[in-house]
Amino acid sequence: MEWHDEGFVLSRRRHGEGSLVVNAFTFEHGRHAGLVQGGGSRAQAHLWQPGNRLDLVWHARTAEHLGSLKGEPIRLHAADLLDAPLELAGLSAAMALLDAAMAERDPHPVLYAATLRLIDALGEDEAWLADYVRFELVLLAEAGFGLALDRCAVSGATEGLTYVSPRTGAAVAETAAGDWAPRLLKLPRFLLDGSRPDRAEVVDGLRLTGHFLDQRLFDAVNRPPPQARLRLLDLLGPPAPDAPTQPAD
Amino acid sequence: MIRTLETCRAQVRRCSLCGNLDATDPCAICSDGSRDGASLCVVEEVEDLWAVERAGFFRGRYHVLGGRLSALDGIGPDELRIGEMLARVQAEGVQEVVLGLGATVEGQTTAHYLAERLQGLGVAVTGFGRGVPVGGELNFLDEGTLAAAYRARRPFA
Repeated sequence: MEWHDEGFVLSRRRHGEGSLVVNAFTFEHGRHAGLVQGGGSRAQAHLWQPGNRLDLVWHARTAEHLGSLKGEPIRLHAADLLDAPLELAGLSAAMALLDAAMAERDPHPVLYAATLRLIDALGEDEAWLADYVRFELVLLAEAGFGLALDRCAVSGATEGLTYVSPRTGAAVAETAAGDWAPRLLKLPRFLLDGSRPDRAEVVDGLRLTGHFLDQRLFDAVNRPPPQARLRLLDLLGPPAPDAPTQPAD
Repeated sequence: MIRTLETCRAQVRRCSLCGNLDATDPCAICSDGSRDGASLCVVEEVEDLWAVERAGFFRGRYHVLGGRLSALDGIGPDELRIGEMLARVQAEGVQEVVLGLGATVEGQTTAHYLAERLQGLGVAVTGFGRGVPVGGELNFLDEGTLAAAYRARRPFA
């Protein structure tokens, strides 16, 4: 068994003296693990940092085996971002989410494309924060928990959408929210019209996706969300208010 | 051999101040009155402390965190000796904290977090530079190190 693919390094663990067991998120093979001989050595350690995009070759005797992984750099994003706290937190959060939430060996080319867009956008210009929120929306959708943000679940309206039901993940128009409004999650405008968000809108977006990541992905398996995501939220703004507890519809 | 190992186990202890391993508590470094108490070098593990100590350029004191923030291993700030570090900075009159953490995603995430926690305590926070190693030929360096060295370029003379 052998494949050749490109992918992002998600995480790695020491194995023996100088080898690593690496988890990568690949374009055609999804999240895939492999043993990297000498991956912890001085010559290779820089390659296997989370967030690096590599050209990968996986080889094993049978498909069920862990197999061995070799990589050549396409772009070493981690080294570029080590001095930028916010961007590094974004990179770490994205890699930790993919590592924790995606099933092994299940390809998700759409999510791969969203990851690529996000990682390529990471830089001093904070426009990448919008890509990060969209990345989490795609991750939710690819995990089977997509949000329906195109029309109001109550009135069917496609205009004036300002909230999301914390129970169903469906959009709710401002006019239809009524007394339920305080219990609904805010739907930031940039997710509908592609405008450039300010930090407050990004935090609203992260609270929206965070609610569903917690409820549908992590609470379901009794695991906390990755620390790296909490760190990104910490860097962006004040602590979140209590999450809504009542269903909206 | 067994006796030696047993003696080691009985005598080696963790320094209650810095987290180093030694036969005494406080350890020999913390007890050494000739060291510069105004500089505190924060490292991930005891082996990092000894790597810096072997190099011989640093004459201040150390603080061993006991790891680094890691999403994979579930290591958050509460699992590291960060509270003790902040207490030492305030109690020991430290003027400079040198973040001697690895040039890895986890190491630098930890460094940024510590820098944030140290803000407002009136200490200078510095970190090790990254660049061309002594004896290093450019064509053998990885792209990340070369890029870091380029960003850290400085005028000659």
